[in-house]
Amino acid sequence: MTLSRRRFTTLTGAAVVAPAIGLGRSASAAGARVVIIGGGFGGATAARYIKRWDPAIEVTLIEPATTFVTCPFSNLVLGGVKKIGDITHSYDGLVGLGVKVIHARAESINTEKKWVHLPNEQIAKYDRLIVSPGIDFRWGEIEGYDEAASRLAPHAWKAGVQTVLLREQLQAMPDGGTFVISPPGNPFRCPPGPAERISMVAHYFKTSKPKSKILVLDPKGGFSKEGLFTAAWKELYPGMIDYRKTEDGKVVRVDAENRTLHTEFDAIKGDVVNFIPPQYAAAIARDAGLADASGWCPVDQKDFSSTLAKNVYVIGDASVASPMPKSGFSANNQGKVVAAAVVSNLQGREVADPKLANTCYSFVAPDYGISVSAVYRLANGKLEAVDGAGGLSPKEAGMRQRQLEASYAEGWYRSITDEMFA
Amino acid sequence: MPRIALLFFTATLLVSSQLQAAGPSASVLAGTCATCHGIDGKNAGSIPTIGGMDMQHLKEALLAFKSDERKGTIMNRITKGYTDKEIDAVARFLATRK
Repeated sequence: MTLSRRRFTTLTGAAVVAPAIGLGRSASAAGARVVIIGGGFGGATAARYIKRWDPAIEVTLIEPATTFVTCPFSNLVLGGVKKIGDITHSYDGLVGLGVKVIHARAESINTEKKWVHLPNEQIAKYDRLIVSPGIDFRWGEIEGYDEAASRLAPHAWKAGVQTVLLREQLQAMPDGGTFVISPPGNPFRCPPGPAERISMVAHYFKTSKPKSKILVLDPKGGFSKEGLFTAAWKELYPGMIDYRKTEDGKVVRVDAENRTLHTEFDAIKGDVVNFIPPQYAAAIARDAGLADASGWCPVDQKDFSSTLAKNVYVIGDASVASPMPKSGFSANNQGKVVAAAVVSNLQGREVADPKLANTCYSFVAPDYGISVSAVYRLANGKLEAVDGAGGLSPKEAGMRQRQLEASYAEGWYRSITDEMFA
Repeated sequence: MPRIALLFFTATLLVSSQLQAAGPSASVLAGTCATCHGIDGKNAGSIPTIGGMDMQHLKEALLAFKSDERKGTIMNRITKGYTDKEIDAVARFLATRK
């Protein structure tokens, strides 16, 4: 009786102290070192939750930027609905939680010695490494589009200076001009992002430059939430958007100086050109041998541990988490799953099977929101979307529903960025 | 005596669920809620606060979304991805987030 009573007390205490794993203080992996590369949606979230679930673990976050500008909501900046400052966040909150934040570029990873090389011969030693560096662009894969070209025809697919540049170009464009946008083939960061961008630019044109047009060159045969977007475009921005797909939309050469995109059949000149190039996992992950021939990092989808290196986990856009899309929401959820896995693992406990979800909200107008969502579970070692769950906002929903979803998108943004930075 | 018996029962349940580690733990499950509803289900924005809600009330709301008896925006789509047992665990966990 005494024993069970004591157990009850211990376990109840544990439920408050370390709820993730449901264990007592004694099980803490005190002194264990976790290094996280990348302070975005995956890395920042993982840092918070490791500290939350075992505060005694030493967590070091390596991130070159001193502030983080979110890609989510950057389309609202392009549309003139938000300012860049509204989507810029400081790492002070994570520092306050006891995370050691090093603002430097991780130069390389030695998975044998278990350390990360930093500038000036510095190293960060780890017991477990979480790699969440996001994407790099495949410069030069489409002829003519390299980093220099991106300063003339911005991609704006990493938020910050590129977002501001594209916004300034849109502002400088005369009424009656044409905005040409070209999304990449699959897979790429944020599948509904291009259509949301088209929507936000259309909103800006409608309110400020109503004679202007949008031309889309998309090499794919379809895109995320296509039915919902196209129906809304017809209603909100009639006659403004010309969307060309497959061969008609496949850009083979970029002439950034002349703001011209070449397809097999046509040369299309825009007043503002937004070219979003093909992508792969960021260099730090590829150089460390964490990526396969696809350019992305394969993982055991149970816990996001790398299948190519021991004691290393890869989350976020850089990882192969399909069927999960490369989204901030996915990375955030993966950050929690990996935090639980790493804490369990360091404490010598069995890692539980994950359950994840994703919701991508998109703005078609500032007060018109739509979403796609899915729930994921592990089956035979692979993630799969749960049948019968998830899906799109209803096609027949009324304006009240669209307004609510726009308002919830704002709530989501606040919550997810709080999880990373508050 | 009934009180002690209950304590013992609870303790046994906790111990066995801890050893199994088969499904995701309640706090990891509820971590997904936090992405929209805020850390510990508390968001000062437009999305309803669910942290610290009465367990039974929250569980019934989630089950009503799952069966489409209650209409929401995305919650009908999300709850269908979870078993009743998982919903119970999430509601139980969030109720403790005062």
